[in-house]
Amino acid sequence: MPEYAIQTENLTRKFGDFIAVDHISFEVQKGEIFGFLGANGAGKTTAMKMLTGLLTPTSGKALVTGRDVYTEAEFIKKQIGYMSQKFSLYDDLTPRENIRFYGGIYGISEEYLSQKIDEVLEGTGLKDQGDKLVQALPLGWKQKLAFSIAILHNPKIVFLDEPTGGVDPVTRRAFWEQIYEVAEQGITVFVTTHYMDEAEYCDRLSIMVDGRMDAIGSPEDLKHEFSASSVEEIFIKLARSAKRGDG
Amino acid sequence: MKIIRVLLQKEFLQIFRNKSMLPILFVMPVVQLLVLSFAATYELKEVDVALIDNDQSALSREVMSRFQATGYFNLELETFHYAEAMMAMDQGEVSLILEIPSGFQTRVREGRVADLQLVIDAVDGSTAGLIQSYSTSILKDLNAEQMRKIQMESYSPQVQKVKSIQVIPQNWYNPDLDYITFMVPGILVVLVSMIGLFLSGMNIVREQEIGTIEQLNVTPIRKYQFMIGKLLPFWVIGMIDLLIGLILARYGFNIPFLGSLITVLIVAGIFLITIQSLGLLISTITHTQQQAMFIAWFLMVIFILMGGLFTPIESMPMWAQNLTYINPVAYFIKIMRMVLLKGAGWPEIQFMVYGITAMGSALLLISINKYKKTVA
Amino acid sequence: MNSFAGFVIKEFKQIYRDKRTLTVLFGMPVIMMILFGFAIRNEISNAEIGILDRSKDEVTHQIIQKLEATDAFQVRAYLQDVNEIEALFREGDIKEVVVFEANFRQKLVREQRADIQIITDATNPNLANLVQSYTANIIQDYVKALNSEDQIEQAGIMPKVRMMYNPELRSVNLFVPGLIAVILMLVSTLMTSISITREKEMGNMEILLVSPLKPYHIIIGKVLPYLVLSVVNVITILILAIFVFQVPFEGSYLLFFAEAGLFTLTALALGVFISSVASDQQTAMMISLAGLLLPTVLLSGFIFPVQSMPEVLQWISHIIPAKWFLIIVRGIMLKGSELLMVWKETLILIGMTVFFIALSLKKFKVRLQ
Repeated sequence: MPEYAIQTENLTRKFGDFIAVDHISFEVQKGEIFGFLGANGAGKTTAMKMLTGLLTPTSGKALVTGRDVYTEAEFIKKQIGYMSQKFSLYDDLTPRENIRFYGGIYGISEEYLSQKIDEVLEGTGLKDQGDKLVQALPLGWKQKLAFSIAILHNPKIVFLDEPTGGVDPVTRRAFWEQIYEVAEQGITVFVTTHYMDEAEYCDRLSIMVDGRMDAIGSPEDLKHEFSASSVEEIFIKLARSAKRGDG
Repeated sequence: MKIIRVLLQKEFLQIFRNKSMLPILFVMPVVQLLVLSFAATYELKEVDVALIDNDQSALSREVMSRFQATGYFNLELETFHYAEAMMAMDQGEVSLILEIPSGFQTRVREGRVADLQLVIDAVDGSTAGLIQSYSTSILKDLNAEQMRKIQMESYSPQVQKVKSIQVIPQNWYNPDLDYITFMVPGILVVLVSMIGLFLSGMNIVREQEIGTIEQLNVTPIRKYQFMIGKLLPFWVIGMIDLLIGLILARYGFNIPFLGSLITVLIVAGIFLITIQSLGLLISTITHTQQQAMFIAWFLMVIFILMGGLFTPIESMPMWAQNLTYINPVAYFIKIMRMVLLKGAGWPEIQFMVYGITAMGSALLLISINKYKKTVA
Repeated sequence: MNSFAGFVIKEFKQIYRDKRTLTVLFGMPVIMMILFGFAIRNEISNAEIGILDRSKDEVTHQIIQKLEATDAFQVRAYLQDVNEIEALFREGDIKEVVVFEANFRQKLVREQRADIQIITDATNPNLANLVQSYTANIIQDYVKALNSEDQIEQAGIMPKVRMMYNPELRSVNLFVPGLIAVILMLVSTLMTSISITREKEMGNMEILLVSPLKPYHIIIGKVLPYLVLSVVNVITILILAIFVFQVPFEGSYLLFFAEAGLFTLTALALGVFISSVASDQQTAMMISLAGLLLPTVLLSGFIFPVQSMPEVLQWISHIIPAKWFLIIVRGIMLKGSELLMVWKETLILIGMTVFFIALSLKKFKVRLQ
């Protein structure tokens, strides 16, 4: 039995001469909400892609649900959910069809799926929109739906890559309530974000600068460590020291 | 198995939901078959002629009326000035100038050589060749008649001694040299290839461009499942299109089906997989639909124009003929024509089928290998 | 105007940064030109034929030798019986069997007349026609030589054929103008239509439309890089045509480039028009493909003469811009036509261009309101 949901040691990824992720080591406990912060281009997405098996690391160690990302990527994929910052839903399918499709891919049984579809549509408030095309839905609803789909197969960990980009604070707040619910079910949540208020909601945080992980800990601990009053302050302190430009 | 079913379900849903896709898939091929089959012909229809008759004799008039009687030639302009006729040709109004010199009839009657000038607009070499061969055969027939007449009327030793070898042509399988019979099987191949090459390849690049492919890549889908999910829908559609096309060919165009239909369908199945694999390969090496489209179109044009569809492969220089060994479209066009029009069976086509199969397997393996569930 | 310049520069950068596409865009015309210049021909080379010689005398031998001596034919099989032909044809390599009747020489000497049967595999009527007339020509030449050896002059009607503009009947002369049209269609119409629809699909079009740029600025900005590409391509093809394929160029270069420029504009206008109708790239590409490229290849007279088509298709061919462009370019290159001779076709092209530009501008405006 793995002790940690995610465990990395000196995880590194280079693109030619460019070191996108530079020897990061950290652990994520089971059931916690782990925030993954960093300026644009700091290496967040690259790190996340390595953990989800989309990208092979250059060197270092990484275990996800106790499995090695080098050798057991396909096994890991059964145990995780993923919601990317680009849209993962098919615009030209209805919410119902999207759910059915992804459910089918994870091998969820027909009866359970039918029940699940109603549950998800109910839960996301899309009951009346279930048969409209996704492209007609507002952004906030699409995000909720994408999240529900990412956890459809009861994964052990769910990775969320900037899940709340571009929506209003109320919708964001509602989204985070959904995240808490999921965490309560025992699913580990690994989330990247740009919103510092969201960072405060996390159990623990890490902040990446220039591919390195410069800070890790609970929001309270970090505030002590950096003698700052908010996560935002810490973030700006660290981000200013960055050498890499935006993007 | 279940995963593949789910993938297929989704693809079909997407295809049939796209309103502009349905006509492209099912109406366009039919329209193209109709239009292209009629357009692709070298048959001579109506040649506009300028006549310069300096002889004004019974025989010179006979010459022109013989031309007109064939139904291929149409007297557009009659003049005594060469320059005027030439002007008409420059402007593309006539494609043949027939100049009969004065004294023409007299010379023929006396058993001497009587020149007759044919000026042909040869910008289009193949049409020019046809005009030439039609004209000379008309004149040859007329000449033979005249010679017989002279022989009967007056003994002319000159005429008698001339040796001649009569060429008797016989055209098998297509005695009327009907182009439609020839073109329809080939055009069917092109239509099926377009569906196979463009749509399946494009489909994957599209998922890449929109970003949904990333989501699929973090799921436990296996590569082969994903590939089958992408290949099969357009394979089915391609086969349906082919069937519609074959029905049209048989009952609309009255194309003889001498060989076995099953053979055609089996080869078509293999061919489609081959061409779809090529589409997949293109999609794995491109990033945008524009790039993929461009490369696919480029290859398609080369396959078609060098595949013997319009101009005979036998007309190409040896190195270009050798290139057809790696052209799946060329193989399938040849097989279609051999099986449908000549009734060829397995013994005659087996090596070509092996060729396509080998190409298909190679392409499929390479593209499955190239397609990575990981990025970069 | 400044924002417009910036926009144009962005468009150029986007296209010229994509090295792969750029290579294809520049390399393609060269490859096409070389492949088709050499390969798409209606002449015969190395066609495989069979011989069935029932006479086996010196005359038939001489004729067979003549057939073998040309580059056009390769004698691949000697048959004993007519029944073998069927199997040979089915295999598909042999296109023609030449059959000499028995006692060929004897008949020719005694009766002055002997028969040769040319049996062709006419599944390909074009090829059958070609091999047949090649064979007949070789035989006729042989007879002529025979007669003149015996000092017998031919009598009667003697057609003297003169091939105008293209005396060697080289297919390449015919295909080069067609190739220019196809490549321009590909670069200008297909690429522009896809690149504009792409902006629409990606949602960038809205950003551009709310910017201070006018709709026609956007169109011009999109179109300009492809215009430059097209001009480069036309020059490449022309150089290849003249120096590698020795295609004659009788007319004026100035007129040629003016007309090529005009046709490029027509093609670009069409591309813009398609993009104003199509909602996504896939649709744009299928419309360009099915609605334009195939007709350009098949209905314009590029490969198949328009006069040979059924009446209906001849009518349809009138609305295909490439048809008019082909008439113009073939006129200029091969006939040395001046503007006076092609003004009608030129006017039609101008009309089409204006029509498509007006239509797409209108479409763009409607979307703005």
